[in-house]
Formats: sequence, C-alpha cells, structure tokens
Amino acid sequence: MAARHPIYDADSETIREQIRRFCAREIEPHAEAWEEEGIFPRELYAKAGAAGILGLGFPEEYGGAGGGITYYCLVREELARTGFAGVRVGLMGLGIALPPILKLGSEEMKRRIAPEVLSGEKISALAISEPEGGSDVANLRTTARREGDEYIVNGEKTFISSGVRADYMTVAVRTGGPGMAGISLLVVEGDRPGISRTNLKKSGWWTSDTGHIHFDDVRVPASNLLGEENGGFKGIMNNFNLERLGIAASLIGSSRCCYEEAVRYAHERRTFGKLLAEHQVVRHKLVDMATGIQAMEGMLDNLVWRVTGGETCIAEIAMLKSFCGATHERIASEAVQIFGGAGIIRGHKVERIFRESKILSIGGGSSEVMKDLASRHLGWSA
Amino acid sequence: MKVLVPVKRVIDYNVKIRVKPDGSGVETQNVKMSMNPFDEISIEEAVRMKEKGVAEEVIAVSMGPQQCQETLRTALAMGADRGIHVKTDDVLEPLAVAKMLKAIAEKEQPQMIIVGKQAIDDDCNQTGQMTAALLGWSQATFASVIELGEGTAKVTREIDGGLETVDIKLPAVVTSDLRLNEPRYASLPNIMKAKKKPIEEMDPASLGVDTTPRVKTLKVSEPPKRQGGVKVESVQELVSKLVNEAKVI
Ligand SMILES: Cc1cc2nc3c(=O)[nH]c(=O)nc-3n(C[C@H](O)[C@H](O)[C@H](O)COP(=O)(O)OP(=O)(O)OC[C@H]3O[C@@H](n4cnc5c(N)ncnc54)[C@H](O)[C@@H]3O)c2cc1C
Repeated sequence: MAARHPIYDADSETIREQIRRFCAREIEPHAEAWEEEGIFPRELYAKAGAAGILGLGFPEEYGGAGGGITYYCLVREELARTGFAGVRVGLMGLGIALPPILKLGSEEMKRRIAPEVLSGEKISALAISEPEGGSDVANLRTTARREGDEYIVNGEKTFISSGVRADYMTVAVRTGGPGMAGISLLVVEGDRPGISRTNLKKSGWWTSDTGHIHFDDVRVPASNLLGEENGGFKGIMNNFNLERLGIAASLIGSSRCCYEEAVRYAHERRTFGKLLAEHQVVRHKLVDMATGIQAMEGMLDNLVWRVTGGETCIAEIAMLKSFCGATHERIASEAVQIFGGAGIIRGHKVERIFRESKILSIGGGSSEVMKDLASRHLGWSA
Repeated sequence: MKVLVPVKRVIDYNVKIRVKPDGSGVETQNVKMSMNPFDEISIEEAVRMKEKGVAEEVIAVSMGPQQCQETLRTALAMGADRGIHVKTDDVLEPLAVAKMLKAIAEKEQPQMIIVGKQAIDDDCNQTGQMTAALLGWSQATFASVIELGEGTAKVTREIDGGLETVDIKLPAVVTSDLRLNEPRYASLPNIMKAKKKPIEEMDPASLGVDTTPRVKTLKVSEPPKRQGGVKVESVQELVSKLVNEAKVI
C-alpha cells in the first residue's frame, strides 16, 4: 500500500499481513483437497476465531475484533484473494447472519450468541431465500405463528450457505399479512425438532454447504424474535447493504487472484518463441484486468468511506454489486483465456474461479434486481 | 524474570530482492519491510513464558531508523510489554548490535535474551553468540525447545543429523530456530492496545557504543542468471556432454 490511502492505514496493513499469514498457513496448503472432497474442517472456525479474523468488523464487547466496515471488507478481500471462495463463504457466513442479531436482538441474545459465533465455536447462517422467492423477498411464505411464549415455524428455505451445518439460523418469516409489512426475523437454533436439512450439489463452492431446509412445526421461544414483530423487512434490507459491500470486496480479492495468476502464467508460457506477456494482445488483456480492479476498488473505497460516515447509499451499493459481479466475471473469463487449455484443467485457481464466477452475480441480489433497485433510488423513477 | 528480545526490521520474505543499479547494496526504498521471522518466533516464546507465569516482563529492542518503531509495535501487539528503540541511520554490523545488547542487558538485567538464530537479510548468524561472549553468559543456539528450571534452562538444539540437549545456567542467550514455535497472529484489539505501551528511545552513543563498520562493502551484484537447460535423449549423450562440454568427468 502507498503511504496514503482513502480507507486503509498502517494498522489495517498489519492486519492484512496477519490474514495473509493465516491464509498461507491454514488455507492454501489444504483448500484444494477440501474443495475436491467437498469438506469443511470444522476446526478452521476456531483457528480463525483465535487469530482474530472472524471478529473483524464486529464490536469488541460481543467478542469481535472491532474495526467497522473497513475491516469487514478487508478480511473478505484477503480471504477471497486465495482463490478459494468456498472456504471464504464457509467460514464467513456469520458476516450476514450475525449483524441482524447485533442490531435488533435483545441484550441477552447478543451476549449468548455473538461471542460463541465470533470465537468459531458455533456456526451461523442467514436464511432468506425460498424455493418460491429469491429475488422477491417481500413475497416469502415461511410462516411463524405465535402460540403463547413460542413461535411455530413452517415452510422451507433454499440455497442457504452453511444452512446444513449452522447452529444458529437467522430466518426471515411471515408473522403477519402479505407483502413486506408482514415479515419478521427470528433466530432458529439448528437442533430444534422439526428441522430437516439437505446439502444441494452445485457447480462450485464445494467447501461451503448450501442447504435446503424444511421447517415442520418447529417451536422457537418468542424471545428469539429480532426487533419488532412484522418489522423485519427493513432489517433484511439494511443487512443486504452490508452483505453487498462484503461481496464487492470478495469479488475484488478474487479478481486480484485471477490477475496475479494470469500475470505469472504470461511470464512463464512461451508461444511463437516469445513469452505470452511479450505479445501485445496479452499485455492489453492484463491491463484491462488491472483497470477493472482499479475501478472496483475506487468504487468500494468511496462507498466504505461514505457508509462509515453514516450514509446509506442504497443505489450506489446496488450498482457497485452488479458492476463488481460483471467485472469479476469478465476478469475470470480473460484469465482462463490467457491460460489456454490449462485454464480448463482442474487444479488451476482460474479454472475454479471462472466456473464459480456466476454465483455472485446471482447470490446476495442478482445483477438485474440490483439495477432495478438502483433505478428506484436514483431519484427519477416513476 | 525479565526476557529481552531483539527484533530486526528486514525486507519482507515475500519481496523479490533487487540490487541497486550502482551496486552499493540492495534496494530498500518503497520495499515492504517486516519483522525478521526468527525474531517473531523469539517474541512468541517470550510471551508464552509470560503467559505460563515464568516470566514477568518481555522487553523488545530494535536498532535502526525511525521505522523500526513499526516493528516494535508488532512485537508489542504480539504481547511484549514495552519497547526500546536504539535510533540510528548507520549500517549496523553484528558486533555493534551485540555491544548495544550488552549495554542494554547490563541496565535491564534480564535473565534471558532470546535472539533469532539469524536475520533473513544478511544471514549472519553471529549476534546471539557475540552477545553471550561479551556478557560472559551461557549460550544455547538453534533452540527448538526451551524448558526453564530454577535458575537454569534445558534447551534442545537442532544440529546436523539430530537433536542435542544442553543444560545451561541463567542468565543466558538463546537463539531461536524455526521449529521453536508457531508465532501467533497480532489481532486488531492487540494492535490498538500496543499503541499505549511505552517505547523508550536512545541512541548508540548513549549506550557508549561506536557503530563504525569494520567491514567495507566493495560491490553487491545479482547472482548469475540461470541458463536454460536441455533435455538429453540417452545416457550416452549425457555421458558425452559431461565429458566433452561440462568436463566434469
Ligand atoms: C451458492 C449460493 C449461495 C446462496 N446463499 C444464500 C444464503 O446464504 N442465504 C440466502 O438467503 N440466500 C442465498 N442464496 C440465494 C440467492 O440470494 C438467490 O439465488 C438470489 O437472490 C436469486 O433468487 P432466485 O435464485 O430465486 O432467482 P429468481 O428470483 O427466480 O430470479 C431468476 C432470474 O430472474 C431475474 N429476475 C428476478 N426478478 C426480476 C425483476 N424484477 N426484473 C428483472 N429480472 C428479474 C433474476 O435476476 C434472475 O436472473 C444463495 C444462492 C447461491 C446460488
């Protein structure tokens, strides 16, 4: 890093260094095997917890490491830079599951749940999407009916990251009438009777489980409600905003990995008696990749700064998310192109990143839905 | 007891070293610097002694330019209690460092100095031994295990072809090897706490040490570039090349 930076300083660079050391020691040597076998070593949570990595961006009084949104983004960028998105997602589910608990939960719940999750002892997941409605959150159908001191939950959630392993699920449920005004957020413990969970097979992120979850008359104490009954929609939207900043940071990290791999390969591989990097066409590709990264970074730094200053930036974050999704897709694709046939063979990071590059143009709010959201917040929509 | 740990600011191990165009040394401008990895291991060992209750205070010392304070802050974030910065822009040879460590040890009276077995920039592997000799203390180099007794220590050393265990009397100088421990990660809360820990500044003159180098660097150059290899078709061809071209048999 240069001596001056809009959001990072000497402390953040020390932390970046620590995260890189952690990745080099605990993730890089093993992740290829985990990914191929589709396993996630549970002890990695505790290791990342002890290293102070899980807690970055969370308040110290609840077991976090402090640092706010800047550090929330920094840790995601560095984990993504390994090129193992499945490991990052498997490890960092708490990044979207915990904030609603800390923002809306009772003091008792925060003290009970947050330290266990931030130390890596317990796993948490956020469950919003349903078979009938991913993009259309306001239409969700999973119900929670109040009966005495309990809610009784019925319905299903799908595509839930760490949904199978999670000890705590932050679940969006319908407690009232139709539309966004009837939605609440409820914490559901993974071991409650009536829950059944299956891992979905998918084209990438094999280290991270992606759960389909059935709730069949699941009884949950009413005190597990986050915030007001029927007031959950706003909390979900605020949480999406944070998630999308983190996704942008992850896409930047992953793009950097592609770029660095491509630069390295272009300086090793010879064709027509020259290094790839000596062909002007390849040099231009590398510059285009670097330009995309520079643009994404500029947008993210600016928005982290604005959000830290108290702005909400709904349209800007939505545009950031869709821009980063598309830019990352292009960078991953060009990296594979530079690798040629080798980029199609398993074992190269760019092969996996390209194969997985659609996921974050869909998850966390699809690009189309992001642009739709932006169009409604730019001040000109009908 | 007190434990003293010198920490050196070196070019980061990930950086590709470049020789300055005028051959006067290696490029350090705009190059990432970090704590010598063996010194991280020394700090970790000292902090573990403190956590076990066998050491009361861990003091980190760094010698060199202003930026050495960043290296000291890392040591403090890992758990050292306070820092000493001997500020100088001069080139420091192992003997000068050892003399300054001796002066600091005489003032601070630590029972143990844990020194990295070498620094990854010049790979001298001399400072620990010289410090022990100047102080007239016991020494145990290349430690992979340190067990403290009553005024003694049992140190397992990594030597060619095996391990050697030595019993030494304290005070002593121990130099740390790679397998002594795995240094911890400095967490953000600890980095913040480290800002409040004191760093005392001094200079070589106040320690009564003349740091004038005794060795003159004539020229620094890149190692010769590796030539591309060739594949041979047969054993006959290999032997003929070894005889006629390489002239080694
Ligand atoms: C690997 C993975 C992990 C995930 N993890 C989680 C998780 O942890 N928690 C969670 O809650 N969810 C998770 N999701 C779900 C994710 O958020 C949804 O997939 C996403 O919101 C899209 O919803 P959908 O799949 O139902 O697609 P749909 O909503 O059915 O959309 C299908 C297509 O139609 C487009 N479309 C939809 N509406 C509009 C519109 N109004 N205008 C124009 N185009 C539109 C979409 O952009 C998309 O291209 C995950 C998904 C994946 C793939």
